[in-house]
Amino acid sequence: MIDRLCALGAFYVQTIQIALARQLQHRAHNLLFVLGMVAEPLVYLAVWSTVARARGGQVAGYTGGKLAAYYIVWTLVRHMNIVFTPYGFEGRIRSGKMSGLLLLPLHPIHHDLADFAGLKLVTIVTWIPIALVLAIAFRPALDPGALQIFVFCVAIWGAFVVRSTFMWALGLLSFWTTRVAALFELYLAIELVLSGRLVPMSFLPAWTKTIAAWLPFQWAFAFPIESLVTPMAAGELLCGLAMQLVWICIGALLVSMVWRRAVRRYTAVGG
Amino acid sequence: MHVVRVVLAFLRVAALNELQYRANFVLQLIQSLLALGTGLVILALVFDQVTDLNGWTHPQILAVMGVHVMMGGLIQMVIQPNILQFMADIEEGTFDYVLTRPVDAQLLVSIRSFRIWQATDVLVGAVVLIIAVTRPGHAVEPATAMLFAASFLVGWAMLYSVWLILATTAFWFVHVDQIVDLLNGFYQAGRWPVGIYPGWLRHGLTFLVPLAYAITVPAEVLTSKVSAGAVAGAAAFAVVLVALARWFWRAGLRRYASASS
Repeated sequence: MIDRLCALGAFYVQTIQIALARQLQHRAHNLLFVLGMVAEPLVYLAVWSTVARARGGQVAGYTGGKLAAYYIVWTLVRHMNIVFTPYGFEGRIRSGKMSGLLLLPLHPIHHDLADFAGLKLVTIVTWIPIALVLAIAFRPALDPGALQIFVFCVAIWGAFVVRSTFMWALGLLSFWTTRVAALFELYLAIELVLSGRLVPMSFLPAWTKTIAAWLPFQWAFAFPIESLVTPMAAGELLCGLAMQLVWICIGALLVSMVWRRAVRRYTAVGG
Repeated sequence: MHVVRVVLAFLRVAALNELQYRANFVLQLIQSLLALGTGLVILALVFDQVTDLNGWTHPQILAVMGVHVMMGGLIQMVIQPNILQFMADIEEGTFDYVLTRPVDAQLLVSIRSFRIWQATDVLVGAVVLIIAVTRPGHAVEPATAMLFAASFLVGWAMLYSVWLILATTAFWFVHVDQIVDLLNGFYQAGRWPVGIYPGWLRHGLTFLVPLAYAITVPAEVLTSKVSAGAVAGAAAFAVVLVALARWFWRAGLRRYASASS
């Protein structure tokens, strides 16, 4: 057992190093990539700042400065949310790559987790200068305590794992039919609204928040942002991390259940 | 007339190609409707808090969204596939074959591929627009409709020019496919009237990626927020952009040295 864990750890370290080395070749590309993704939150920020001004300074507990803080931290959390896409499974099956993955003595999700974790290390570094420029331009109101900063640093990785497992489970549906794109789109649309990506959770009507409470989305997006942006008690912060852990367990369970059935259905393509 | 015949021939081939995959129409329609759904959700959330956004009422913003969706559909249908193919040709050296054809190269790279199923966005956008501007007792004047059509075309010409200008940089830098994501990212800003953006961003959206002229102005025409004079101004700017794109394209062509040996 200990041996296996050590081997798994070594595998992660190695794969992350390879991903880092690969990603560091394309520095200009990385910068453009991070820059291109700033447009979306800036649009939301402009809209809600206008709304806040019209309402005399704040909307659902968010002042202009706090909105700026939310959508600047948003950019980093959005990056942590980039994981192996469910659309990618179709390609893996069609090209026959999946056959190779099945031969590995290790569950292939480990490779995806480690690979994307390596990319994250690069994007986090690339993100810092952009966040500084955004901070100068939009003057965010950000005043987190030490515990908040600590929880945030953990929570962004929790968010990464939560989203990875659920996207993987969703992608596995490609084993049954290749016409799953419509389903993915629907899932992503619901996620967009209920995760905190579109608007902070407090902007949503009560009934929507009730639905969101039963879904993993907000723990992968709104929670990490709020842990840094809104003042939260220690209990609330730790409770949030615990919820992430719960959803990681549910996601992992889902992946292993669907995976076992999917592999039985698999018929190799290509050669 | 020759030009029209060439365009129609390419359009026909593209349509025949895509008509083989009819299920994609349903898929595209679902995508369009989902995008519309999330758009409507944001509007509902915003107008839950305020009655107007910077002087724009709910139906007026809906009109902006309609124009945005329509124009976005046209970009995805006509501009983006052609630009992508052009970039791929430059990288692989197959652009040589474009130059050997007896048709103007700029025309040819602009009409080679169409994704006709993206028309679902044009359709959905048009429906939204019609719902937004037809109020009981407020018929849209024919003159207003004409002016809208004119400003829409002017806006389309501007967006085409900007896409082409940025793609033309491929003659110098070869690997520029990143600009497609960048342009699509910025395009999302056009969903809202550009007046809501802070000064520097607004100027950028007006003159660099002319979303103000391409989307806000046509919507303003329909919601009677703007005069014919502004449309004339937009048309003048469009002429400048189209000429600039043409000049830059020729400069790029002179620079082209082919990628193959």
